[in-house]
Amino acid sequence: MPSQPSIVPPDLTDTDLAPQINGAGPEVAGNGVAPAVSATGLVKRYDEVEAVRGIDLEVRPGETFGFLGPNGAGKSTTISMLCTLVQPTAGSARVAGHDVVSERDEVRRNIGLVFQDTTLDGYLTAEQNLRLHAELYGVARDAVGPRLRQVMEMVALWERRSSLVNTFSGGMKRRLEIARGLLHSPRVLFLDEPTVGLDPQTRSSIWGYIRELKTREDITIFLTTHYMDEAEHCDRIAIIDHGKIIVLDTPEALKASVGKDRVQIQTPDDDAAIAALRERFGIDAVLAEGAVTFAVSEGEHFVPRLFAELAEIGQTISSVNVSRPSLDDVFMSYTGTTIRDAESSESDTRRNFARMMNR
Amino acid sequence: MATELAGTQERTARNDPVHEIARVHVPTRSLRSELRAIKVVWKRELIRFRRDRLRILTSLVQPFLFLFVLGTGLSTLASAGTHGVNFKTFIYPGVLCMAVMFTAMFSAASIVWDREFGFLREMMVAPVRRSSIVLGKCFGGATVAGFQGLIVIAISPLVGVPYELTLILELLALALLLAFAITAFGVMFAARINQMQSFMALMQMVIMPMFFISGALFSVAALPAWLGVLNRLDPLTYAVEPMRRAIFSHMNVSAAARKALDPGVTWWGWRVPTALEAAVIAALGLGMLLIAIWEFSRAE
Repeated sequence: MPSQPSIVPPDLTDTDLAPQINGAGPEVAGNGVAPAVSATGLVKRYDEVEAVRGIDLEVRPGETFGFLGPNGAGKSTTISMLCTLVQPTAGSARVAGHDVVSERDEVRRNIGLVFQDTTLDGYLTAEQNLRLHAELYGVARDAVGPRLRQVMEMVALWERRSSLVNTFSGGMKRRLEIARGLLHSPRVLFLDEPTVGLDPQTRSSIWGYIRELKTREDITIFLTTHYMDEAEHCDRIAIIDHGKIIVLDTPEALKASVGKDRVQIQTPDDDAAIAALRERFGIDAVLAEGAVTFAVSEGEHFVPRLFAELAEIGQTISSVNVSRPSLDDVFMSYTGTTIRDAESSESDTRRNFARMMNR
Repeated sequence: MATELAGTQERTARNDPVHEIARVHVPTRSLRSELRAIKVVWKRELIRFRRDRLRILTSLVQPFLFLFVLGTGLSTLASAGTHGVNFKTFIYPGVLCMAVMFTAMFSAASIVWDREFGFLREMMVAPVRRSSIVLGKCFGGATVAGFQGLIVIAISPLVGVPYELTLILELLALALLLAFAITAFGVMFAARINQMQSFMALMQMVIMPMFFISGALFSVAALPAWLGVLNRLDPLTYAVEPMRRAIFSHMNVSAAARKALDPGVTWWGWRVPTALEAAVIAALGLGMLLIAIWEFSRAE
């Protein structure tokens, strides 16, 4: 009975048991738990441009999964396909146990969406925005009030529920959107660049809410970001570039796989410095973010040798920076470029989807 | 951030009972959920209209200008041909239609705003049919425009139109029908237009010709052939004429005046009855609604 108000305990929901009950066998993983999100050979082509070129992934229930890549790498297009907003050109995907093409409504009912750009109605109050959402999603009437309060308290906006959304700051709007995305108890919450355009303090508070959310709700989080430091909040991350997943692992494993420090030096003649590094040390350095950049083990011991060698050939170094491997270096070691440089060289064609989605 | 997190935990402890409801269940799609969606989209239009007092006020300026400035100014000039009927009374149905049209178009235009500000996506990703969203929007626009019509109806005694319940109901019914059709018309275009400026330009381009050609400001009794054809093709004609007919039949208007001022719409010499005129508006509105639904369902 769809009209019945049904509030079920958080630990025992029908969708949890869905695979066993419905006999939806194929996607059940070895441990008996169906993946929250799975994609096989997902492709999206816009005219000549192949925005997504074959994505395979599996996200476990309860996981925080991050999609990391520069703008235009295909993150948003992939997330749009998983959210049923964009039809895949090829391949298939299941979210919360439902096919994103053939069971579009089922998927929509079981996911929460927070987009890059705000989708709130600024002329309504915070509460009216959430109530409207509850009505659109058909949340049982007697559950709306308590649930509304719960999600608004989670993002600390309950006191401001009667204010017009137009009076909210960017961070408050984002928090309200997260609350709204949770209102209908989705199995999977998609956050597309949840902190983009926010100041660092607000960003970290948003992450505080996301972490808290994990302790409160039985939920899988799928997010995209192009901030390296944010990817570290994820259980696992996939690095995506040019429409393909380059590597997929935990942040720790990825950093361990690099194993080298990153050294950046500023010199008056970068080309000469790069040539000297190759000849004298056998190191391949590249120009990234305006500095000669390379990876080397035990960077702090290497730098004094570097100074000495370069001094011999009359080269000077104006500044030096040695850093421990971060996800930036992971990105660099797998893609050969830093995320910022990748963005500045990216053409706009891959952002076509934004226009398409706006229709 | 540390303090903020601590604050959150404090709240958690305080409001624990609320967290009993950790999970709400979203039911599968049903007629009931579609109706809820239609209703909430409709309600949003009303909330936003009520908030926007300035819009209610400004949208009254134009009808007043037409009735009391243009109407008064032209009445001496027109008196020779109106057979004693007040010129303001004569143009009143046209002005009523115009007020309704502008409000309805503005309501439809809000879809373009919604798209620009992203809210449209919130509605489009909901697990309901697109047709429910479009229907809610059209009903909302019609209600708001109908309300605007009601305000113009309220001032009708100022231009010599009597307060009579049957007349008011008839005018209101026609106004609502027109409002619905125009909103559907606007929504149909809003599905394809991404910029507010373009939509406004289109609105001007469509509404003013429709208004002028409909015979809102002149009698269609002796029009040149080309204008007569255009007049019959103009959908607004089928709203202005029955309104004028209704008003005249509730007043003491001589037969000669009726013949000169309200000859009625004729198709190849056959006078189209009020019911059919209303049906023309309804059919056009329905047709455009279906196109609008189709366009929104198709858009991904």
